[in-house]
Amino acid sequence: MIELEGLTKRYGEKVAVNNLSFTVRPGIVTGFLGPNGAGKSTTMRMILGLDHPTAGDVRIDGKHYPQLKDPLTYIGALLEAKAWHGGRTAYNHLLCLAQSNGIPRSRVREVLETVGLTAVAKKKTKGFSMGMGQRLGIAAALLGDPRILMFDEPVNGLDPEGIHWIRTLMKSLAAQGRTVFVSSHLMSEMALTAEHLVVIGQGRLLADTSMADFIDRNSRSYVRVRSPQRERLLDVLHQAGIVAVESGDGVLEVDGGKAEHIGELAAQHRITLHELSPQQASLEEAFMRLTAESVEYHAHSGTSATSPEPPRQQWGDGWKRG
Amino acid sequence: MAVTQVVRSEWTKIRSVASTVWTLSLVVVVTVALGMLISALSKNEFDSMNAQDRAEFDPTFISFAGMSLGQLAMIVFGVLVVSNEYSTGMIRTSLAAVPQRGSFLFSKIAVASGLALLVGLVTSFAAFFLGQAMLGSHRAEIGDPGVLRAVLGGGLYMALIAMFSMGVAAMLRSPMLSLGILMPFFFLISNILGNVDATKKVGRYLPDQAGSKIMQVVTPIDDDTPYGPWGGLGIMGLWVLAALVGGYVLLRKRDA
Repeated sequence: MIELEGLTKRYGEKVAVNNLSFTVRPGIVTGFLGPNGAGKSTTMRMILGLDHPTAGDVRIDGKHYPQLKDPLTYIGALLEAKAWHGGRTAYNHLLCLAQSNGIPRSRVREVLETVGLTAVAKKKTKGFSMGMGQRLGIAAALLGDPRILMFDEPVNGLDPEGIHWIRTLMKSLAAQGRTVFVSSHLMSEMALTAEHLVVIGQGRLLADTSMADFIDRNSRSYVRVRSPQRERLLDVLHQAGIVAVESGDGVLEVDGGKAEHIGELAAQHRITLHELSPQQASLEEAFMRLTAESVEYHAHSGTSATSPEPPRQQWGDGWKRG
Repeated sequence: MAVTQVVRSEWTKIRSVASTVWTLSLVVVVTVALGMLISALSKNEFDSMNAQDRAEFDPTFISFAGMSLGQLAMIVFGVLVVSNEYSTGMIRTSLAAVPQRGSFLFSKIAVASGLALLVGLVTSFAAFFLGQAMLGSHRAEIGDPGVLRAVLGGGLYMALIAMFSMGVAAMLRSPMLSLGILMPFFFLISNILGNVDATKKVGRYLPDQAGSKIMQVVTPIDDDTPYGPWGGLGIMGLWVLAALVGGYVLLRKRDA
């Protein structure tokens, strides 16, 4: 279990992580989602005790990271970039980590086997492809057979076969009762692996919810309407208390509206429709809207002068803050 | 976190990179070869020296002449041992494995210093015996007063140079910056400051100027250095201590 409480990291004026509180629970894959630069890696580095928080606290199974005896046996992490000496062989890299945490030498061979690097174990890692590098990083994470695993953007640079492999691995680790915490900037990736979702934008917590709930709430349904008599249609909808939003090319979108109801209204007022179709927004779009809101939210509270695009922002406001 | 585990891990790290082998080989080869060359030249020059020069002739110190260059390879060794962690990104993996930053840094420094001392002693003894062989009839014997102290001191000096470099690299992190400061400092600036009359009084307290006193057997006649061989090595030790404390304090404070 990983617990964050009011975790904050400031670099001078810039707030990288802002008052984050959430808990990562065992037995499931928890996705840590946010656009690039949202503060995911910084948060993960603070969990590992690499970066010092400006304020707040983070605990691993109730302890601060430096209090863990042989920490690799509690929590294993794959960090974002290559984090090893390229002149060292894969075997020696893992060996020095194993020795520092009292992990037996035989375990090095085991994890090399698990990630499929046995054949290149005695090769210097500077010749490794990005995918092999990711596998070595994962081997290092698995080395101490830890109860908690943390992966920072694990599918980066992997080929489809590798991506499939890591998804299966993460799910099986969680199924063994371990805590699995995975960051990504791709909603589609998370939708396939994560059961729980923590979303951050600009260092701020935007959502901490189960994946099922997130999908329920965010698979926004709306009706797409096109009409040559757009102005009249807008008037009619307005009179009926229906809010329509223009989305370019003369298309109107009606959030949560019923296609039948709109069709009947149009018929009553003899308005020609060229299109009337119920739509379901993708999760990727939902995620983008969610994180776009965090930008907008900052623009209001901070000094930034970027003007928000008004009508769209209303959507999702309620559940975000409430 | 048992310290022995960390020491074992650091030993694996140090023996598994090529830079360890080539820097330390260079220390031995450069120091010994240059020492032999200068010893041979000094022997030929002895006959044309005046009485004072002959009285100050220090065959032991002459056989260590190669250290001025050999110590540069030692500096590279010390700098790379520490700064490689930063330039490769290994530091994050290392500190995640060993979050006690003091244990991490001092285990690394202990292992690297032990190795530097071993190589330093081998270099020192080899430079002495091969240098004396070149000096022929002007040679010193290992049993002569002060000679064994000078030869052992040569090994200690090399180890301290490596440790000082490790401390500086721990503070600066970047290998290029560390080398860019240490190499010209020890090769040029310190020598100039220690030998120009105007700056001599301050310059002789610089780490290498003070430390190399241990390798001197014959004291120059008008020498007014206010410390002896061990005092000089002690001054160098204080520099090393300061560099290591500085490196540790910064490592503790900084984000990895």
